[in-house]
Amino acid sequence: MSMEVEINFSLNGIATQAHVPPTMTTLAMLREKFDLTGGKLACGEGECGACTVLIDDRTINACLMFAVDCDGREMQTIEGLASASGLAVMQQAFVDHGAIQCGYCMPGMIMQAKYLVEQNSGQQALTRDDIARGLEGNVCRCSGYTKVVDAVAAVVLEENQTGERAS
Amino acid sequence: MSAVIERKTIIGKRVPKPDAPDKATGRTRYINDMVLPRMLIGKILHTDRVHARILSIDTTAAMALPGVHAVLTGEDSPDLRFGPTRDNFPLKSGKVRCIRDEVAAVAAETEEIAQQAIDLIKVEYEDLPPVFTPTEAMRDGAPVVHDDHPDNRSLGYEFSHGDIARAEAESDIVVEHQFEVPYVTHCCMGPSCAIADFDTTGKLTIWSQTQYPYNYKMDLAPALGIHPGDIRVIQPPVGGAFGSKLDVYPFEPICALLAKATRRPVKLTFSREEEFINSPTRQPVEFRIKSGVNRDGTLTFRSVDALLNNGAYTSWGPTTPVIQMRTFTGHYRLPAVEYRAQAYYTNMVYAGSFRGYGNVQATFVTASVMDMLAEEVGMDPIAFRLKNAQNSGEVTPQGSILDDCRLGECIELVAEKTDFLNKHKAYTDQRKQTARIQRGIGIATTIHNAGGAKIHKSDGCGTMLKLDDYARATLITGASEIGQGIDAVLCQIVMEELGIPIRDITIVNDDTALGPWDVGVHASRTTFIAGNSALRAARAARKQVLDAAAKQSNVTADQLDLREGHVVQADNGVPVIRLDKLLRQMHFGDEPELVMVTDYYEPNSVPEDKNHFGNLSSSWAHGAYVAEVEVDTETGEVRVLKMTVVQDVGRVINRLGIEGQIEGGISVSLGYALSEQLQISEGRVMNPNFRDYKVMTAPETPEIELHFIESDCKEGPLGAKGIAEIPAIVPAPAIANAVYNAIGIRFHAPPLTPEKVARALHGAPQQ
Repeated sequence: MSMEVEINFSLNGIATQAHVPPTMTTLAMLREKFDLTGGKLACGEGECGACTVLIDDRTINACLMFAVDCDGREMQTIEGLASASGLAVMQQAFVDHGAIQCGYCMPGMIMQAKYLVEQNSGQQALTRDDIARGLEGNVCRCSGYTKVVDAVAAVVLEENQTGERAS
Repeated sequence: MSAVIERKTIIGKRVPKPDAPDKATGRTRYINDMVLPRMLIGKILHTDRVHARILSIDTTAAMALPGVHAVLTGEDSPDLRFGPTRDNFPLKSGKVRCIRDEVAAVAAETEEIAQQAIDLIKVEYEDLPPVFTPTEAMRDGAPVVHDDHPDNRSLGYEFSHGDIARAEAESDIVVEHQFEVPYVTHCCMGPSCAIADFDTTGKLTIWSQTQYPYNYKMDLAPALGIHPGDIRVIQPPVGGAFGSKLDVYPFEPICALLAKATRRPVKLTFSREEEFINSPTRQPVEFRIKSGVNRDGTLTFRSVDALLNNGAYTSWGPTTPVIQMRTFTGHYRLPAVEYRAQAYYTNMVYAGSFRGYGNVQATFVTASVMDMLAEEVGMDPIAFRLKNAQNSGEVTPQGSILDDCRLGECIELVAEKTDFLNKHKAYTDQRKQTARIQRGIGIATTIHNAGGAKIHKSDGCGTMLKLDDYARATLITGASEIGQGIDAVLCQIVMEELGIPIRDITIVNDDTALGPWDVGVHASRTTFIAGNSALRAARAARKQVLDAAAKQSNVTADQLDLREGHVVQADNGVPVIRLDKLLRQMHFGDEPELVMVTDYYEPNSVPEDKNHFGNLSSSWAHGAYVAEVEVDTETGEVRVLKMTVVQDVGRVINRLGIEGQIEGGISVSLGYALSEQLQISEGRVMNPNFRDYKVMTAPETPEIELHFIESDCKEGPLGAKGIAEIPAIVPAPAIANAVYNAIGIRFHAPPLTPEKVARALHGAPQQ
């Protein structure tokens, strides 16, 4: 088989080393090397957002980025959001607002929602339209998006009221 | 003893799905995420021809590739046939009939090796003349798709009621229209996937996305030449289904044949491109409809001809006339009505079932025509519908019993909530002005089976319910969970009857070796059928528990209730004993008993007779939806601003779930109305990706206002009706009617893409 390249990066806060073929995608690495299957291969073309992860605090489609390019970066996946004390605020909001039906797209959707809210932190609160536009790269075939936007809007509202970063 | 416990209900509350936390954290292992020890990867070679004789298949190089464990062709299993009419084959031999056809398959150590092996298979073809449309297929001398159907005729349906000729002759106005509805596809976010494994005695375990596990065994068996009893179906979580997994498709038996050949587990998954090309579509139909109406607005007759492109093989698509027919014949009062449908084999891809099952197609036509007829007689769309709406107690020509008909109430309420008449008139008047953005409002209504559909001899569902020593409940149900939320609904029913909190209830429904029989997730039936079975089981368990408690406490069982893990006095809520303690006393006492009950619920519906007559569903429901749109008259873009919903839901069980089902259904119907169409050119799918096949995204989602009519269905569990297909049926024609209101142009073929609308507005021919 082809040669493998050593990469070193932070994965959900843990210093991590991997040996990956140069053609391997970040998504394939996460799923096959680390058994992190929250991110999904739903289109493989960057069109649906089901594989969304955070790299250096920006969301990317993990199906389009080569694993070798993760070298030296910080990555957070859906598996890194919850803590021992429970779900992250954004995750809990998705649960409570009934945004999740089959749930296949939801790890990617939640990562994008978290990014959207965090990026906007300290600025004028996101409107429902802002939220919807910020999620337009994430396809969901079950929910019809209303409850997804409800969930994100609730997190935005909570943040505004407490003045704290809730997501 | 602890304090008084009040009776609280969980019915109608907002209950999150029990599996949502795991789904939100990425913990859930979907079938696509599964890996078994020694598992091989399967891959299919699909043909690149639409109709051709297979002259030879050379698999030598593929077989010789290191890491390849099996290469199969149709010659390895030429006698295996499957499908509702047994016209399909797992791997094709002799000839290929459409672009999906599976000519060879491999099992290999890795995905890469499997793909390399596929690329090494050489197939020689002799092309045959193709046929693509029903109109071509019915001509004398047309190319024959299946030798045993020399006239290319597949399934046909006919229904007639009343004297059509006389009704036509006596009608003040008779109009005829044509409609054509397109190929669309489910776009499940989880691509098709199966994992198969045979044990040493020849029994198959298949991990499947199926939404009808019990009949799936019966349908899969002939594709493998094994006994249905030797198949165990395990259903890991799936990424959507929407009707696409209500049949066996070739990749499933192929996966199993590879497992049999290699004596190892084999996993087969589609890429997104394969998914677009090879998974079933919704049935496309060409309609001709003739309608009669008197000047006072009374409908006199309806006559419908439906021409169906069967494609190369028969899945459920060509059976959708069964439900199309119920709407054409039974939606609004019709003294005379006839419906004919005929499907013809072609070299096109083939359709399965898709949320709404025929009624999506039928309602696009009926709802458009109702508006056109209203205009013909000079009535508004509301008054015209109300004039022809049935009342409670009426029976439709096919025998659908409308014992508690809320159609009129739905129409009146949605008109009131949207200020429909004022807006409709104002927007009609505004058309005379030349503003770039024109607004419109439109209504559509439908009827749908809401108490199951007895398309098989049985429409039942079984339940097994047990309570353990810790007052934990396990409910084993035949009903599948595909994301729709039956898990929450069944938990609520158990909680309501037994006072056990949802966290302490486990639903088991993923293994045919454990679960009792059920027809499957279709026909908006699961809450109604599985809910009734669960309710009856829970009531039996409740009786057993309360009888035991009554015996201990010198009261009668009806003086006791179950609340929050306790037996309490029904009248004042004073706790008598903790439920777990009672269960242990029952279990370990002098007359030991366990609480484990079973129930099999069969609804009181009847199968249609050979004339398509009979009350197919235990209950029927209506919905009236109003769309408000903006049309950009320069670009042709249609924006849906708001969708107002009034639907007879019987009773809300899970408010969060019912809202989610309706909002999600609307989204799929919006795609049908505005953007979705599988572009198929000479049998080839031209847009197999999300770039070119446009599904709705968050910014295109309109404001949605929901109003539920709780009619308290007497057959339904706690009064509930089935609800999940009406929202996928009604929005599209409501949008088309709103677009007409905005710009005065009637579209007879969705989707109303910007290009199509702009061409119509600017007088350019449609392509």
